[in-house]
Amino acid sequence: MADQASAVTKKKGLSRQTKRDLVAYSFIAPNFIGFAVFTLIPIVFAFALAFLNWDGSNPITFAGFDNFKQLFSDTFFKAALKNTIIYCVGTVPLTMIASLALAIVLNQKVIGRGVFRTLSFFPYVASLVAVTAVWKMLFHPSKGPINNILYTYFKVPLEELPQWFSGGLVLLSMVLFSVWKYMGYYMVIYLAGLQGISSELYEAASLDGAGTWAKFRYITWPQLQSTTFFVVVMLTINCFKVYDIAIMLAGGGSGELTTSATVLVYYIYQKAFMEWKLGYSSAVAMVLFVLVFVVTMIQFRGQKKYAE
Amino acid sequence: MKSAKNHAIAQKTIVYIILIIIALLMLIPFLWMFSAAIKSDREVFQMQPFVFIPENAKWNNYLDIWTKIPFAKFVGNTVFLTIVVTCLQLLTSSFAAYSFAKLEFKHRNGLFFAYIATIAMPWQVYMVPQFIMMRKFGLNDKLLAIICLQAFSAFGVFMMKQFYEGIPNELCEAARVDGMSEYKIYGSIMLPLSKPALSTLTIFTFVNTWNDYLGPLIYLKTETKKTIQLGLKMFISQYSSDYGLIMAGSVLSLIPVLIVFLILQRYFVEGVASTGLKG
Repeated sequence: MADQASAVTKKKGLSRQTKRDLVAYSFIAPNFIGFAVFTLIPIVFAFALAFLNWDGSNPITFAGFDNFKQLFSDTFFKAALKNTIIYCVGTVPLTMIASLALAIVLNQKVIGRGVFRTLSFFPYVASLVAVTAVWKMLFHPSKGPINNILYTYFKVPLEELPQWFSGGLVLLSMVLFSVWKYMGYYMVIYLAGLQGISSELYEAASLDGAGTWAKFRYITWPQLQSTTFFVVVMLTINCFKVYDIAIMLAGGGSGELTTSATVLVYYIYQKAFMEWKLGYSSAVAMVLFVLVFVVTMIQFRGQKKYAE
Repeated sequence: MKSAKNHAIAQKTIVYIILIIIALLMLIPFLWMFSAAIKSDREVFQMQPFVFIPENAKWNNYLDIWTKIPFAKFVGNTVFLTIVVTCLQLLTSSFAAYSFAKLEFKHRNGLFFAYIATIAMPWQVYMVPQFIMMRKFGLNDKLLAIICLQAFSAFGVFMMKQFYEGIPNELCEAARVDGMSEYKIYGSIMLPLSKPALSTLTIFTFVNTWNDYLGPLIYLKTETKKTIQLGLKMFISQYSSDYGLIMAGSVLSLIPVLIVFLILQRYFVEGVASTGLKG
């Protein structure tokens, strides 16, 4: 009897806390289940896959570090890694400078500021397939207006006109395109940073007779340090993930890339979905992961530094 | 005094010149797109003289694209995916975020850590095992695969949670004292308050889903299941010299995104700006 009573109260007491937990879980469940199944599990799977050999249907065999060892002697992988890094090194500083300059100009009191801001966002929201199709027309080697201008006004001989989408220039085209597409996005981040700088600093500097350059050098730039840091980190991570831009600008008819334009994500895709070397593909993916992870760790350390 | 004034005018002039150059750089590709969409293949690259609207403008290109490829089907698929993904994303992430921000429960930190830990993980790292799993579930070549892939992002939960944390707890406490259930509090108090955050999430999800290329490329193989981006790319590789039609298709593919962007622009800017400040 007494046991029964205590069991009842116990059950009641438990059920109150459990009830609250259950309500909380019911809020989380729809998202978390989807997230766990379609994101968490594949991530764990990806790490395991890098150490296995599998073609998706035949039995799995253990590979140890073989996939990683193979990477070192794979010239196409090395080209992909090299191109991805060159693309980053070109895109990150140029986009940063362009978006900062644009933000500074748009932070002035100018007529039509809102219109300019909206315009600079168009490339960012526009679909890649559509805008790359235009770029391929504008930079068309024999018929495009850019080469037409080079030929007519700058007297560049016909046979020396740049081949924008093949050979050595393709990475440059990718960089230029990325700066154009993404500067509006990072401009907004800079604009928010600029608005956080106290106007008193500039007023004091004006009283001291500081010119435009001095104000930028001693106020704007140092005050924007944490914003710049964030922009550079975001840009670097996004550059490592480049794929579509390379495919659209330099891809052949069936979307294949040559060594001069290949990038890491393309190689992951190629190895997995064209050759069904899933383990090897995952090993390439791990290289991408390590690159992004290192940059993220740098970001965490930097965040702490700027928070102090 | 006079020289200072001249100096200011000179500075303003430079600012405007820079602005106009940038605006042109941003706009020219779009103007070219509109212009080329109504030109014949002969006129499309004609530069001396360049005409914006040709004499015999081929407005027909905008009609022909619908019959040359199953463009209506592509649009339908994309609209369906975008709407379902955006709704699911808004609903499930605001739901989960409410719990993380306003409720006390077992394993709260542990569960939330799972989201944080993956926020920096590029999708491209695990897209292959994800595909293998989806194939096992029979989702290969199904629109449902793209929905599963896009609808449950850590980013949405993260963003909504941050917003809810800015809403005072007293508001929920008072409602609880009044005997409101948590679902009621979420539905009638929190959700109406979170319109700005929901708008930000809407525009980001909409733009991402509408413009996604690699996800649909991996999963959607049958022509009738393709999205606008895939369909347009397919058309470009098949009819690479039909510039007028390619450009007409491109213009059409941009319109919905531009409309949503122009309506929700303010929230887009706020969203981008706040992610920047947090970094």
